[in-house]
Amino acid sequence: MLEIRNEQLRCPVLIRRPADILPSEMTSRSVYMRRREFLAGALSAGVVGGIAASSAAAAPLTGVKSQYVLDEKLTPLEDVTTYNNFYEFGTGKSDPSQNSGNFKPLPWTVTIDGLVNKPQTLDYDALLKLAPMEERVYRMRCVEAWSMVIPWLGFPLKALLDRVEPQGSAKYVAFETIVRPDQMPGIGGFFPVLDWPYREGLRLDEANHPLTILAFGLYGETLPNQNGAPMRLVVPWKYGFKGIKSIVRISLVEEQPKTAWNMQAPSEYGFYSNVNPAVDHPRWSQATERRIGEGGGLFGGGGRIPTLPFNGYGEQVASLYAGMDLTKDY
Amino acid sequence: MRLSPRIINWLVYVIGLQPGLWTFYLGVVDQLGADPVKVLEHTLGEWALRFLILTLLITPIRDLIGLNWIRYRRALGLLAFYYAAAHFATYLILDQSLDLAAVGADIVKRPFITVGMAALVILTTLAVTSNGYSIRKLGVNWRRLHRLIYLAAALGAVHFILAVKSWPPEPLVYAGIIAVLLLYRLLPKRRSRRRVVAQPNPRG
Repeated sequence: MLEIRNEQLRCPVLIRRPADILPSEMTSRSVYMRRREFLAGALSAGVVGGIAASSAAAAPLTGVKSQYVLDEKLTPLEDVTTYNNFYEFGTGKSDPSQNSGNFKPLPWTVTIDGLVNKPQTLDYDALLKLAPMEERVYRMRCVEAWSMVIPWLGFPLKALLDRVEPQGSAKYVAFETIVRPDQMPGIGGFFPVLDWPYREGLRLDEANHPLTILAFGLYGETLPNQNGAPMRLVVPWKYGFKGIKSIVRISLVEEQPKTAWNMQAPSEYGFYSNVNPAVDHPRWSQATERRIGEGGGLFGGGGRIPTLPFNGYGEQVASLYAGMDLTKDY
Repeated sequence: MRLSPRIINWLVYVIGLQPGLWTFYLGVVDQLGADPVKVLEHTLGEWALRFLILTLLITPIRDLIGLNWIRYRRALGLLAFYYAAAHFATYLILDQSLDLAAVGADIVKRPFITVGMAALVILTTLAVTSNGYSIRKLGVNWRRLHRLIYLAAALGAVHFILAVKSWPPEPLVYAGIIAVLLLYRLLPKRRSRRRVVAQPNPRG
Protein backbone atom coordinates (compact mmCIF):
# COMPACT_ATOMS: atom_id res chain seq x y z
CA MET A 1 0.00 0.00 0.00
CA LEU A 2 2.85 2.32 0.83
CA GLU A 3 4.46 1.46 -2.46
CA ILE A 4 1.39 2.42 -4.40
CA ARG A 5 1.14 5.73 -2.69
CA ASN A 6 4.77 6.56 -3.28
CA GLU A 7 4.35 5.62 -6.89
CA GLN A 8 1.37 7.89 -7.15
CA LEU A 9 3.30 10.81 -5.75
CA ARG A 10 6.23 10.32 -8.04
CA CYS A 11 4.03 10.67 -11.07
CA PRO A 12 4.92 13.78 -12.99
CA VAL A 13 2.95 16.57 -11.42
CA LEU A 14 1.33 19.02 -13.74
CA ILE A 15 2.98 22.28 -12.94
CA ARG A 16 1.31 25.52 -13.84
CA ARG A 17 3.68 28.20 -14.90
CA PRO A 18 1.77 31.42 -15.24
CA ALA A 19 3.57 33.99 -17.35
CA ASP A 20 4.13 36.15 -14.30
CA ILE A 21 6.55 33.79 -12.57
CA LEU A 22 10.08 34.99 -13.20
CA PRO A 23 12.64 32.36 -14.13
CA SER A 24 14.69 33.52 -11.15
CA GLU A 25 11.83 32.53 -8.86
CA MET A 26 11.82 28.96 -10.01
CA THR A 27 13.36 26.23 -7.98
CA SER A 28 16.20 24.28 -9.47
CA ARG A 29 15.31 20.78 -10.56
CA SER A 30 17.52 19.06 -8.02
CA VAL A 31 16.02 21.01 -5.13
CA TYR A 32 12.60 20.34 -6.49
CA MET A 33 13.18 16.59 -6.74
CA ARG A 34 14.55 16.45 -3.22
CA ARG A 35 11.49 18.26 -2.04
CA ARG A 36 9.16 15.84 -3.78
CA GLU A 37 11.02 12.95 -2.18
CA PHE A 38 10.69 14.57 1.21
CA LEU A 39 7.01 15.18 0.66
CA ALA A 40 6.52 11.66 -0.60
CA GLY A 41 8.11 10.40 2.57
CA ALA A 42 5.99 12.66 4.71
CA LEU A 43 2.84 11.67 2.93
CA SER A 44 3.58 8.00 2.48
CA ALA A 45 2.03 6.88 5.74
CA GLY A 46 -1.06 9.02 5.38
CA VAL A 47 -4.61 7.94 4.85
CA VAL A 48 -7.43 10.39 4.35
CA GLY A 49 -9.80 10.17 7.24
CA GLY A 50 -7.42 8.06 9.25
CA ILE A 51 -7.45 10.54 12.06
CA ALA A 52 -8.14 9.65 15.65
CA ALA A 53 -11.39 11.46 16.28
CA SER A 54 -10.37 12.82 19.65
CA SER A 55 -6.73 13.61 19.08
CA ALA A 56 -5.51 17.16 18.75
CA ALA A 57 -2.15 16.04 17.44
CA ALA A 58 -1.29 16.37 13.79
CA ALA A 59 -2.26 13.30 11.81
CA PRO A 60 -1.08 12.30 8.36
CA LEU A 61 -3.21 13.57 5.50
CA THR A 62 -2.68 12.88 1.84
CA GLY A 63 -3.81 14.62 -1.27
CA VAL A 64 -4.12 13.77 -4.92
CA LYS A 65 -1.98 15.66 -7.37
CA SER A 66 -3.25 19.10 -8.19
CA GLN A 67 -2.64 21.34 -11.16
CA TYR A 68 -2.15 24.21 -8.72
CA VAL A 69 1.34 23.42 -7.55
CA LEU A 70 3.58 26.44 -7.61
CA ASP A 71 7.16 25.65 -8.52
CA GLU A 72 8.86 27.70 -5.85
CA LYS A 73 10.95 26.74 -2.87
CA LEU A 74 8.70 25.72 0.00
CA THR A 75 8.90 27.66 3.25
CA PRO A 76 10.29 25.28 5.88
CA LEU A 77 7.62 23.54 7.97
CA GLU A 78 9.11 24.96 11.15
CA ASP A 79 8.65 28.52 9.91
CA VAL A 80 5.14 27.83 8.64
CA THR A 81 4.15 26.52 12.07
CA THR A 82 5.99 28.96 14.35
CA TYR A 83 5.43 32.25 12.58
CA ASN A 84 1.71 32.89 12.64
CA ASN A 85 -0.91 35.54 13.04
CA PHE A 86 -3.79 33.99 14.98
CA TYR A 87 -4.74 36.66 17.48
CA GLU A 88 -7.05 34.34 19.42
CA PHE A 89 -3.80 32.89 20.76
CA GLY A 90 -1.90 36.16 21.15
CA THR A 91 -0.54 38.94 18.97
CA GLY A 92 3.11 37.84 18.82
CA LYS A 93 4.22 35.75 15.87
CA SER A 94 5.24 32.83 18.08
CA ASP A 95 2.25 33.16 20.43
CA PRO A 96 -0.05 30.90 18.40
CA SER A 97 2.43 28.00 18.37
CA GLN A 98 3.20 28.50 22.06
CA ASN A 99 -0.34 29.13 23.33
CA SER A 100 -2.52 26.84 21.25
CA GLY A 101 -1.58 23.54 22.89
CA ASN A 102 -4.83 23.34 24.83
CA PHE A 103 -7.02 23.98 21.84
CA LYS A 104 -9.10 20.89 20.97
CA PRO A 105 -9.86 20.92 17.26
CA LEU A 106 -11.70 17.61 17.37
CA PRO A 107 -14.53 16.79 17.44
CA TRP A 108 -15.57 19.62 15.14
CA THR A 109 -18.65 20.70 13.28
CA VAL A 110 -19.26 23.50 10.84
CA THR A 111 -22.69 24.95 10.14
CA ILE A 112 -23.54 26.16 6.66
CA ASP A 113 -26.67 28.27 6.64
CA GLY A 114 -28.27 31.43 5.32
CA LEU A 115 -29.57 31.71 1.78
CA VAL A 116 -29.19 28.06 0.90
CA ASN A 117 -31.66 25.36 0.03
CA LYS A 118 -29.97 22.73 2.15
CA PRO A 119 -28.58 24.25 5.32
CA GLN A 120 -26.62 21.68 7.28
CA THR A 121 -24.11 21.01 9.99
CA LEU A 122 -21.26 18.74 8.99
CA ASP A 123 -18.80 17.01 11.22
CA TYR A 124 -15.11 16.68 10.54
CA ASP A 125 -15.24 13.20 9.04
CA ALA A 126 -18.02 14.20 6.68
CA LEU A 127 -16.01 17.27 5.65
CA LEU A 128 -12.89 15.24 4.92
CA LYS A 129 -14.85 12.95 2.65
CA LEU A 130 -16.75 15.70 0.91
CA ALA A 131 -14.33 16.06 -2.00
CA PRO A 132 -10.96 14.65 -3.04
CA MET A 133 -8.19 16.13 -0.93
CA GLU A 134 -5.63 17.93 -3.10
CA GLU A 135 -2.14 19.13 -2.39
CA ARG A 136 -1.83 22.73 -3.50
CA VAL A 137 1.36 24.73 -3.26
CA TYR A 138 0.39 28.39 -2.96
CA ARG A 139 2.13 31.61 -2.17
CA MET A 140 0.80 33.23 0.97
CA ARG A 141 1.30 36.97 1.22
CA CYS A 142 0.66 38.65 4.55
CA VAL A 143 -0.49 42.27 4.64
CA GLU A 144 2.58 42.88 6.83
CA ALA A 145 4.72 42.44 3.71
CA TRP A 146 6.10 38.97 4.33
CA SER A 147 5.31 35.84 2.41
CA MET A 148 5.60 32.07 2.44
CA VAL A 149 5.14 29.18 0.02
CA ILE A 150 2.96 26.53 1.64
CA PRO A 151 1.86 23.05 0.51
CA TRP A 152 -1.77 23.01 1.62
CA LEU A 153 -4.08 20.00 1.66
CA GLY A 154 -7.68 20.80 0.94
CA PHE A 155 -10.38 21.00 -1.69
CA PRO A 156 -12.23 23.81 -3.43
CA LEU A 157 -14.72 25.63 -1.24
CA LYS A 158 -17.11 25.32 -4.17
CA ALA A 159 -17.49 21.62 -3.43
CA LEU A 160 -19.01 22.49 -0.08
CA LEU A 161 -21.09 25.38 -1.38
CA ASP A 162 -22.59 23.28 -4.18
CA ARG A 163 -23.71 20.79 -1.59
CA VAL A 164 -25.84 23.32 0.28
CA GLU A 165 -27.30 24.82 -2.94
CA PRO A 166 -26.98 28.60 -2.61
CA GLN A 167 -30.12 30.49 -3.55
CA GLY A 168 -30.18 33.05 -6.32
CA SER A 169 -30.29 35.91 -3.83
CA ALA A 170 -27.04 34.83 -2.16
CA LYS A 171 -24.26 37.23 -3.15
CA TYR A 172 -21.66 36.78 -0.43
CA VAL A 173 -20.25 34.13 1.88
CA ALA A 174 -19.60 35.02 5.53
CA PHE A 175 -17.25 33.00 7.75
CA GLU A 176 -16.76 32.89 11.50
CA THR A 177 -14.00 31.48 13.69
CA ILE A 178 -14.81 29.61 16.87
CA VAL A 179 -14.65 31.56 20.16
CA ARG A 180 -13.31 29.53 23.07
CA PRO A 181 -11.83 31.88 25.66
CA ASP A 182 -10.84 28.94 27.87
CA GLN A 183 -8.68 27.45 25.12
CA MET A 184 -7.75 30.68 23.34
CA PRO A 185 -5.78 32.92 25.71
CA GLY A 186 -5.65 35.81 23.24
CA ILE A 187 -9.37 36.40 23.62
CA GLY A 188 -10.36 38.84 26.31
CA GLY A 189 -8.10 41.13 28.27
CA PHE A 190 -8.53 44.82 28.96
CA PHE A 191 -8.29 45.74 25.31
CA PRO A 192 -9.80 43.01 23.16
CA VAL A 193 -7.56 43.12 20.12
CA LEU A 194 -10.50 42.32 17.82
CA ASP A 195 -14.26 42.13 18.05
CA TRP A 196 -14.62 38.35 18.36
CA PRO A 197 -15.53 36.15 16.68
CA TYR A 198 -13.03 36.68 13.87
CA ARG A 199 -15.10 37.23 10.75
CA GLU A 200 -14.27 37.08 7.09
CA GLY A 201 -16.17 37.17 3.85
CA LEU A 202 -15.94 36.63 0.13
CA ARG A 203 -18.11 37.51 -2.80
CA LEU A 204 -19.85 34.34 -4.01
CA ASP A 205 -17.89 34.28 -7.26
CA GLU A 206 -14.63 34.58 -5.31
CA ALA A 207 -15.75 31.77 -3.01
CA ASN A 208 -16.58 29.59 -6.00
CA HIS A 209 -13.26 30.27 -7.75
CA PRO A 210 -11.23 27.08 -8.22
CA LEU A 211 -8.25 28.62 -6.40
CA THR A 212 -10.27 29.15 -3.21
CA ILE A 213 -9.89 26.14 -0.96
CA LEU A 214 -10.91 24.87 2.41
CA ALA A 215 -7.64 23.57 3.83
CA PHE A 216 -7.44 20.73 6.33
CA GLY A 217 -3.72 20.18 6.32
CA LEU A 218 -0.28 21.28 5.25
CA TYR A 219 2.96 19.48 4.58
CA GLY A 220 1.26 16.10 4.56
CA GLU A 221 -0.41 16.45 7.95
CA THR A 222 -3.61 17.83 9.39
CA LEU A 223 -3.45 21.51 10.29
CA PRO A 224 -1.61 22.33 13.49
CA ASN A 225 -3.70 24.41 15.90
CA GLN A 226 -1.70 27.56 15.19
CA ASN A 227 -2.41 27.24 11.47
CA GLY A 228 -6.17 27.06 11.94
CA ALA A 229 -7.05 23.51 12.89
CA PRO A 230 -9.11 21.74 11.95
CA MET A 231 -10.16 23.70 8.86
CA ARG A 232 -9.41 27.08 7.39
CA LEU A 233 -9.89 29.12 4.28
CA VAL A 234 -7.07 29.75 1.80
CA VAL A 235 -7.54 32.44 -0.86
CA PRO A 236 -4.12 32.77 -2.41
CA TRP A 237 -4.60 36.03 -4.29
CA LYS A 238 -5.70 37.88 -1.15
CA TYR A 239 -3.76 38.96 1.92
CA GLY A 240 -3.32 36.21 4.47
CA PHE A 241 -5.84 37.56 6.97
CA LYS A 242 -8.65 36.71 4.57
CA GLY A 243 -7.77 33.06 5.18
CA ILE A 244 -9.96 32.70 8.26
CA LYS A 245 -8.96 29.89 10.61
CA SER A 246 -10.84 27.32 12.68
CA ILE A 247 -14.12 27.96 10.88
CA VAL A 248 -17.39 27.03 12.60
CA ARG A 249 -19.96 28.90 10.54
CA ILE A 250 -20.34 29.62 6.84
CA SER A 251 -23.36 31.73 5.91
CA LEU A 252 -24.61 32.64 2.47
CA VAL A 253 -25.89 36.21 2.60
CA GLU A 254 -27.18 38.96 0.36
CA GLU A 255 -25.26 41.92 1.82
CA GLN A 256 -21.50 42.28 2.03
CA PRO A 257 -20.63 40.74 5.41
CA LYS A 258 -18.65 42.47 8.12
CA THR A 259 -15.06 41.32 8.40
CA ALA A 260 -12.91 41.45 11.53
CA TRP A 261 -10.05 43.63 10.31
CA ASN A 262 -12.31 45.91 8.31
CA MET A 263 -14.34 46.52 11.48
CA GLN A 264 -11.15 47.20 13.44
CA ALA A 265 -9.56 49.65 10.99
CA PRO A 266 -11.67 50.30 7.88
CA SER A 267 -9.12 52.70 6.43
CA GLU A 268 -6.44 50.01 6.53
CA TYR A 269 -8.23 46.79 5.67
CA GLY A 270 -10.82 46.67 2.94
CA PHE A 271 -13.29 43.92 2.20
CA TYR A 272 -11.46 42.71 -0.89
CA SER A 273 -7.85 42.85 0.33
CA ASN A 274 -6.47 41.57 -2.94
CA VAL A 275 -2.69 41.51 -2.92
CA ASN A 276 -1.80 44.68 -4.77
CA PRO A 277 1.72 46.10 -4.95
CA ALA A 278 0.32 49.37 -6.31
CA VAL A 279 -1.87 50.10 -3.29
CA ASP A 280 0.06 50.66 -0.09
CA HIS A 281 -1.24 49.88 3.35
CA PRO A 282 -0.90 53.00 5.52
CA ARG A 283 1.87 51.26 7.44
CA TRP A 284 3.49 49.01 4.90
CA SER A 285 4.50 49.57 1.34
CA GLN A 286 3.08 46.61 -0.51
CA ALA A 287 5.54 46.89 -3.40
CA THR A 288 7.91 44.28 -1.98
CA GLU A 289 7.86 41.41 0.49
CA ARG A 290 10.26 39.36 2.56
CA ARG A 291 10.07 35.65 1.87
CA ILE A 292 10.18 33.90 5.23
CA GLY A 293 12.83 31.22 5.57
CA GLU A 294 14.87 32.30 2.58
CA GLY A 295 18.53 31.75 3.20
CA GLY A 296 21.41 33.73 1.85
CA GLY A 297 22.95 36.82 3.32
CA LEU A 298 23.27 37.87 6.91
CA PHE A 299 20.19 37.08 9.01
CA GLY A 300 18.69 35.02 6.26
CA GLY A 301 18.08 38.40 4.74
CA GLY A 302 17.78 37.43 1.11
CA GLY A 303 16.47 40.93 0.64
CA ARG A 304 13.04 41.73 -0.64
CA ILE A 305 11.28 40.39 -3.68
CA PRO A 306 8.75 42.30 -5.72
CA THR A 307 5.13 41.62 -4.83
CA LEU A 308 3.04 40.47 -7.77
CA PRO A 309 -0.45 41.77 -8.54
CA PHE A 310 -3.00 39.33 -7.09
CA ASN A 311 -0.01 37.60 -5.51
CA GLY A 312 0.91 36.18 -8.91
CA TYR A 313 -2.54 34.73 -9.60
CA GLY A 314 -3.71 37.60 -11.78
CA GLU A 315 -4.02 35.41 -14.85
CA GLN A 316 -6.65 33.37 -13.03
CA VAL A 317 -8.50 35.98 -10.99
CA ALA A 318 -8.06 39.48 -12.44
CA SER A 319 -11.23 39.08 -14.48
CA LEU A 320 -13.25 38.84 -11.25
CA TYR A 321 -12.54 42.52 -10.71
CA ALA A 322 -13.04 43.86 -14.21
CA GLY A 323 -14.33 47.40 -14.10
CA MET A 324 -13.58 47.87 -10.41
CA ASP A 325 -11.24 50.53 -9.07
CA LEU A 326 -9.03 48.48 -6.79
CA THR A 327 -7.52 51.59 -5.23
CA LYS A 328 -10.99 52.24 -3.79
CA ASP A 329 -12.14 48.65 -3.39
CA TYR A 330 -8.93 47.67 -1.67
CA MET B 1 35.08 47.23 47.63
CA ARG B 2 33.15 50.22 46.40
CA LEU B 3 33.12 50.82 42.69
CA SER B 4 33.98 54.32 41.67
CA PRO B 5 31.30 56.22 39.71
CA ARG B 6 33.64 56.18 36.76
CA ILE B 7 33.72 52.40 36.76
CA ILE B 8 29.96 52.19 37.27
CA ASN B 9 29.49 54.53 34.35
CA TRP B 10 31.48 52.19 32.13
CA LEU B 11 29.56 49.22 33.46
CA VAL B 12 26.30 50.91 32.47
CA TYR B 13 27.55 51.06 28.88
CA VAL B 14 28.99 47.55 28.87
CA ILE B 15 25.94 45.93 30.44
CA GLY B 16 23.50 48.14 28.56
CA LEU B 17 24.85 47.06 25.18
CA GLN B 18 24.62 43.34 25.98
CA PRO B 19 20.98 42.74 24.91
CA GLY B 20 21.64 44.27 21.51
CA LEU B 21 24.90 42.43 20.94
CA TRP B 22 23.35 39.16 22.12
CA THR B 23 20.35 39.52 19.82
CA PHE B 24 22.64 40.34 16.91
CA TYR B 25 24.71 37.26 17.70
CA LEU B 26 21.57 35.10 17.79
CA GLY B 27 20.67 36.48 14.39
CA VAL B 28 24.10 35.65 12.97
CA VAL B 29 23.78 32.04 14.16
CA ASP B 30 20.18 31.86 12.89
CA GLN B 31 18.47 31.51 16.26
CA LEU B 32 15.90 34.28 15.89
CA GLY B 33 13.10 32.25 14.34
CA ALA B 34 11.37 32.59 11.03
CA ASP B 35 11.85 36.32 10.52
CA PRO B 36 15.17 37.22 12.15
CA VAL B 37 15.33 40.72 10.66
CA LYS B 38 12.03 41.69 12.28
CA VAL B 39 13.04 40.22 15.62
CA LEU B 40 16.30 42.17 15.64
CA GLU B 41 14.55 45.32 14.49
CA HIS B 42 11.84 45.06 17.15
CA THR B 43 14.21 44.05 19.95
CA LEU B 44 16.49 47.02 19.30
CA GLY B 45 13.52 49.37 19.18
CA GLU B 46 12.16 48.08 22.46
CA TRP B 47 15.54 48.51 24.14
CA ALA B 48 15.65 52.09 22.90
CA LEU B 49 12.32 52.66 24.64
CA ARG B 50 13.51 50.92 27.80
CA PHE B 51 16.60 53.12 28.03
CA LEU B 52 14.50 56.20 27.37
CA ILE B 53 12.32 55.15 30.30
CA LEU B 54 15.38 54.59 32.52
CA THR B 55 16.68 58.02 31.53
CA LEU B 56 13.37 59.59 32.52
CA LEU B 57 13.33 57.65 35.79
CA ILE B 58 16.47 59.29 37.17
CA THR B 59 14.71 62.45 38.31
CA PRO B 60 11.73 60.81 40.03
CA ILE B 61 14.05 58.35 41.75
CA ARG B 62 16.06 61.23 43.10
CA ASP B 63 12.94 63.11 44.16
CA LEU B 64 11.02 60.25 45.67
CA ILE B 65 13.66 57.89 47.03
CA GLY B 66 16.58 60.22 47.43
CA LEU B 67 19.00 58.25 45.26
CA ASN B 68 20.93 60.60 43.06
CA TRP B 69 21.99 58.72 39.95
CA ILE B 70 22.11 61.78 37.74
CA ARG B 71 25.74 61.17 36.83
CA TYR B 72 24.61 58.01 34.98
CA ARG B 73 21.82 59.69 33.07
CA ARG B 74 24.00 60.62 30.12
CA ALA B 75 25.05 56.98 29.67
CA LEU B 76 21.42 55.83 29.77
CA GLY B 77 20.36 58.51 27.30
CA LEU B 78 23.21 57.62 24.97
CA LEU B 79 22.27 53.95 25.18
CA ALA B 80 18.73 54.89 24.14
CA PHE B 81 20.25 56.69 21.17
CA TYR B 82 22.52 53.78 20.27
CA TYR B 83 19.59 51.38 20.30
CA ALA B 84 17.39 53.74 18.30
CA ALA B 85 20.19 54.19 15.75
CA ALA B 86 20.76 50.42 15.54
CA HIS B 87 17.00 49.90 15.20
CA PHE B 88 16.99 52.31 12.26
CA ALA B 89 20.12 50.76 10.76
CA THR B 90 18.46 47.34 10.88
CA TYR B 91 15.43 48.71 9.09
CA LEU B 92 17.59 50.52 6.54
CA ILE B 93 20.14 47.81 5.80
CA LEU B 94 18.73 44.38 6.68
CA ASP B 95 15.04 45.07 6.16
CA GLN B 96 15.04 47.48 3.21
CA SER B 97 18.44 46.49 1.74
CA LEU B 98 19.45 50.15 1.52
CA ASP B 99 16.62 50.91 -0.89
CA LEU B 100 16.73 54.63 -0.18
CA ALA B 101 13.77 55.40 -2.41
CA ALA B 102 11.58 52.96 -0.48
CA VAL B 103 12.85 54.27 2.86
CA GLY B 104 12.26 57.87 1.77
CA ALA B 105 8.74 57.00 0.70
CA ASP B 106 8.16 55.25 4.03
CA ILE B 107 9.33 58.28 6.00
CA VAL B 108 7.08 60.63 4.06
CA LYS B 109 4.02 58.41 3.69
CA ARG B 110 3.81 56.27 6.80
CA PRO B 111 2.97 58.13 9.99
CA PHE B 112 4.58 55.57 12.28
CA ILE B 113 7.86 55.85 10.41
CA THR B 114 7.63 59.64 10.24
CA VAL B 115 7.13 59.73 14.00
CA GLY B 116 9.97 57.27 14.59
CA MET B 117 12.33 59.28 12.40
CA ALA B 118 11.43 62.47 14.27
CA ALA B 119 12.33 60.73 17.54
CA LEU B 120 15.60 59.53 16.03
CA VAL B 121 16.49 63.04 14.81
CA ILE B 122 15.89 64.39 18.30
CA LEU B 123 17.91 61.64 19.96
CA THR B 124 20.73 62.20 17.49
CA THR B 125 20.76 65.91 18.27
CA LEU B 126 20.85 65.20 21.98
CA ALA B 127 23.58 62.57 21.57
CA VAL B 128 25.75 64.93 19.53
CA THR B 129 25.39 67.63 22.19
CA SER B 130 25.87 65.32 25.15
CA ASN B 131 29.52 66.21 25.64
CA GLY B 132 31.04 68.69 28.05
CA TYR B 133 32.03 71.04 25.30
CA SER B 134 28.42 71.39 24.09
CA ILE B 135 27.17 71.89 27.64
CA ARG B 136 29.59 74.76 28.19
CA LYS B 137 29.01 76.23 24.76
CA LEU B 138 25.22 76.09 24.83
CA GLY B 139 24.87 77.25 28.41
CA VAL B 140 21.28 77.67 29.50
CA ASN B 141 20.08 76.62 26.06
CA TRP B 142 21.55 73.17 26.63
CA ARG B 143 18.95 72.45 29.31
CA ARG B 144 16.19 73.70 27.05
CA LEU B 145 17.46 71.61 24.14
CA HIS B 146 17.73 68.48 26.21
CA ARG B 147 14.15 68.78 27.41
CA LEU B 148 13.40 67.44 23.93
CA ILE B 149 14.01 64.03 25.49
CA TYR B 150 10.39 64.27 26.68
CA LEU B 151 9.21 64.71 23.12
CA ALA B 152 11.47 61.91 21.89
CA ALA B 153 10.03 59.52 24.49
CA ALA B 154 6.46 60.48 23.62
CA LEU B 155 7.18 60.03 19.90
CA GLY B 156 8.82 56.68 20.61
CA ALA B 157 5.72 55.47 22.45
CA VAL B 158 3.43 56.69 19.66
CA HIS B 159 5.72 55.07 17.08
CA PHE B 160 5.33 51.70 18.79
CA ILE B 161 1.54 52.00 19.06
CA LEU B 162 1.18 53.02 15.42
CA ALA B 163 3.50 50.26 14.23
CA VAL B 164 1.29 47.42 15.42
CA LYS B 165 -2.09 46.21 14.34
CA SER B 166 -4.97 46.55 16.77
CA TRP B 167 -4.19 47.16 20.48
CA PRO B 168 -1.81 44.53 21.79
CA PRO B 169 -0.83 45.21 25.41
CA GLU B 170 2.92 45.76 25.08
CA PRO B 171 2.97 49.12 23.26
CA LEU B 172 0.25 50.34 25.61
CA VAL B 173 2.34 49.41 28.65
CA TYR B 174 5.33 51.37 27.32
CA ALA B 175 3.08 54.32 26.45
CA GLY B 176 1.51 54.21 29.92
CA ILE B 177 4.89 54.24 31.68
CA ILE B 178 6.18 57.05 29.51
CA ALA B 179 2.97 59.03 30.01
CA VAL B 180 3.29 58.72 33.80
CA LEU B 181 6.94 59.82 33.66
CA LEU B 182 6.08 62.81 31.50
CA LEU B 183 3.07 63.80 33.60
CA TYR B 184 5.32 63.66 36.65
CA ARG B 185 7.25 66.57 35.14
CA LEU B 186 4.04 68.61 35.10
CA LEU B 187 3.42 68.18 38.83
CA PRO B 188 3.77 71.37 40.86
CA LYS B 189 7.10 71.99 42.58
CA ARG B 190 8.03 68.77 44.32
CA ARG B 191 8.39 68.87 48.07
CA SER B 192 10.47 65.76 48.11
CA ARG B 193 13.15 67.51 46.14
CA ARG B 194 13.68 69.91 48.99
CA ARG B 195 13.98 67.03 51.35
CA VAL B 196 16.79 65.65 49.23
CA VAL B 197 18.46 69.03 49.24
CA ALA B 198 18.00 69.23 53.01
CA GLN B 199 19.43 65.75 53.48
CA PRO B 200 22.14 65.41 50.87
CA ASN B 201 23.41 62.24 52.45
CA PRO B 202 20.35 60.22 53.28
CA ARG B 203 22.01 57.26 54.89
CA GLY B 204 19.92 56.15 57.82
